[in-house]
Amino acid sequence: MDLGPHAVFIVWAYVGAIVAVGGLVGYALFDSRRVASRLRDLEARGIRRRSAGNSP
Amino acid sequence: MTVDIAVKKPNWFSRLANPGQFLAWSKAFVLPLAILTAVLFSVGLYLAFFASPPDYQMGETVRIMYIHVPNAILSELIYAVMAVASIGTLVWRHPLADVAAKSAAPLGATFTGLALFTGSLWGRPTWGTFWEWDGRMTSTLILFLIYLGIIALWRAFEDQGRAGRVIAVFTLVGALDIPVVKYSVDWWNTLHQPASFSIMGDQHMAPSMEIPLLVMTLAFASLFATLDLVRMRTEIFRRRAETLERQAAAKLA
Repeated sequence: MDLGPHAVFIVWAYVGAIVAVGGLVGYALFDSRRVASRLRDLEARGIRRRSAGNSP
Repeated sequence: MTVDIAVKKPNWFSRLANPGQFLAWSKAFVLPLAILTAVLFSVGLYLAFFASPPDYQMGETVRIMYIHVPNAILSELIYAVMAVASIGTLVWRHPLADVAAKSAAPLGATFTGLALFTGSLWGRPTWGTFWEWDGRMTSTLILFLIYLGIIALWRAFEDQGRAGRVIAVFTLVGALDIPVVKYSVDWWNTLHQPASFSIMGDQHMAPSMEIPLLVMTLAFASLFATLDLVRMRTEIFRRRAETLERQAAAKLA
């Protein structure tokens, strides 16, 4: 596909968007797993909510 | 003498506000929303690159519009969501309101940063400059800095409940920038084009460009909804973990 004489601007715009969206998705998953493992660690030490129910 | 106490069943809004209930119902939405986002991006990118023509003036650079405009719309929309959540924090002490506001802030900052970045890259071949201190661009940069300030404030407070109330006030003051961003292109002379979409339907864009733009806007909105749900769930679990750690520390002391 020919993006014309200004292809570099179009490519950089989409690369920037892919990097930013990838970063958001990656960090959301990483943070979710980190918190889940923190809760699992607490539970393994016998520290849990009185109404323990949901887990991540 | 007996006294009858009528126990009112919580209404749907109260049930929705309960963090435990939120965790239960939101879990079912994450995967379908993630799939919807992937489908919308696949269709949107295909339409943006293979089914839409180059613009008669801007040529191929018009393809930057398909990511710039959705990010610009979301930058304002997410702030509006945060402002509503801030009212929920200050007026109703809604248990999920500050969780919603905190979770949305980094997403709003990223989408605003992307709107500035892609707009700058679109501006260079179109206007001959990466940046111009006009109303739209300057007010969007201010919005980006407000987002960063809100994120920094969340990190500055140990007590997240107190942080929620202080940041809610800051967020509502910052909301004054939203009408400036929105109407700057009407109020002042600017290089920037007017709104691409209009609720009144007085904008006329060719369907071959309008449909890809609409699909890409829905894709980014769906991405926001998915990530916001995931981040809200994570934030609730994080607060639970912090409470348990505090309780455990207090028992040891």
